Amino acid sequence: MVNPHGAPGAIELVEAVREWIERDVMATSEGRLRFHARVATNMLAMVEREIELGESHAVAHAERLATLGVADDHEFAAAIRAGDLDDRLDEVRTLLRATVDDKLAVANPGYVDD
Amino acid sequence: MADHEELRRLLQDALGVESVTDLTRLSGGASRETWRFVADGNSRVVQRQRAGDERDMMIEAATVDAASRAGVPVPELLRAESSPSGSFMILDAIDGETIARKILRDADFVDARAALPTQLGRALAAIHAMSSDAVDGLPEADPIAFYTDVLDSLGQPYPMLELVRRWLLEHRPTTGATTIVHGDFRLGNLIVGPNGLRAVIDWELAHVGDPMEDLGWLCVKAWRFGQSPPVAGIGEYEELFAAYAEASGITVDADVVRWWEVLGTWKWAVMCILQASAHLSGAVRSHELAAIGRRVCENEHDLFLALEGRW
Repeated sequence: MVNPHGAPGAIELVEAVREWIERDVMATSEGRLRFHARVATNMLAMVEREIELGESHAVAHAERLATLGVADDHEFAAAIRAGDLDDRLDEVRTLLRATVDDKLAVANPGYVDD
Repeated sequence: MADHEELRRLLQDALGVESVTDLTRLSGGASRETWRFVADGNSRVVQRQRAGDERDMMIEAATVDAASRAGVPVPELLRAESSPSGSFMILDAIDGETIARKILRDADFVDARAALPTQLGRALAAIHAMSSDAVDGLPEADPIAFYTDVLDSLGQPYPMLELVRRWLLEHRPTTGATTIVHGDFRLGNLIVGPNGLRAVIDWELAHVGDPMEDLGWLCVKAWRFGQSPPVAGIGEYEELFAAYAEASGITVDADVVRWWEVLGTWKWAVMCILQASAHLSGAVRSHELAAIGRRVCENEHDLFLALEGRW
């Protein structure tokens, strides 16, 4: 895949905004605004990680769902609720553990060590 | 300012006082707001509920009053009124800290942290000594059914939450007792001074149910605010259970509390999805609410931790 957009790419653009908030907005704000700026930088860092890891996570998740014979998370959730996967719950847990690890790797990689 | 003037007059009339000054807004949400003020020299707090909110503030006020009579440390209820334009209740203002991060980390609260696990156990025992019919109109709902409906109404699939829901259904403990339950007993809803607990506040989620729900909720990982000790980020299970048993005469079954802790973690995940949906639906556009949606995986991780060796 050749990206026609040139530099800076999506990650660099988001990174640049995040660095500006950290450098200029957070340094000169306090209270509620500073807190909301911190939330915003966390969200932008999350987007950077999702751009980087999202594609490989999607491939891995699709493989996990295929193993269980379900098309998507809607089918997966419905199958668990209906009891259709009751004889494969060990497998379901192992696969879900991997999915939750991927979600944390994007949303908040520091959480596991907290 | 027009708003302030209207509120000032309302408080003056409700309390029958000469002067209402220093009106300061403490917090405000979509459906209710909290103000602090001074009435004839005394510090007071008013909670206002906007018209249209389904919850009945008069029930909450009656619960605070009943809790006070039962010996639970609560702010004294001075006045509660229901009107078509919205209900309000006025309480005595109690000085102290409610911000969890400060209570957990600041040097000012070293003694409080040592005393709290026992004080929390005793306060819970006092709450649960209230019989389930001490307050009229308190709701009683099956939390699994209730939050399953919430999850379904939001329409997004969460396989991990489905897996845990099945565990909850299969391991549901037999309810030992039915009492009044605070419903949101954790740091943030407790006023703490240098010597520990001063008051239990925010009774809006009070209901009738299994008292062990309050003990489990207090131990949910989100309410440890990044600290390791399981009870509110401050104490060990044994400290809480021992104080509760001594004050109530009820021996705590750790497995039952753990079930409620898992239920609480699962419920908190659904509440995070609900908060993000307020942004996504356009009801309240807020990047902060949007970010909360991505915290669900933290709850999912916590559920794996809480269920380790228990599946």
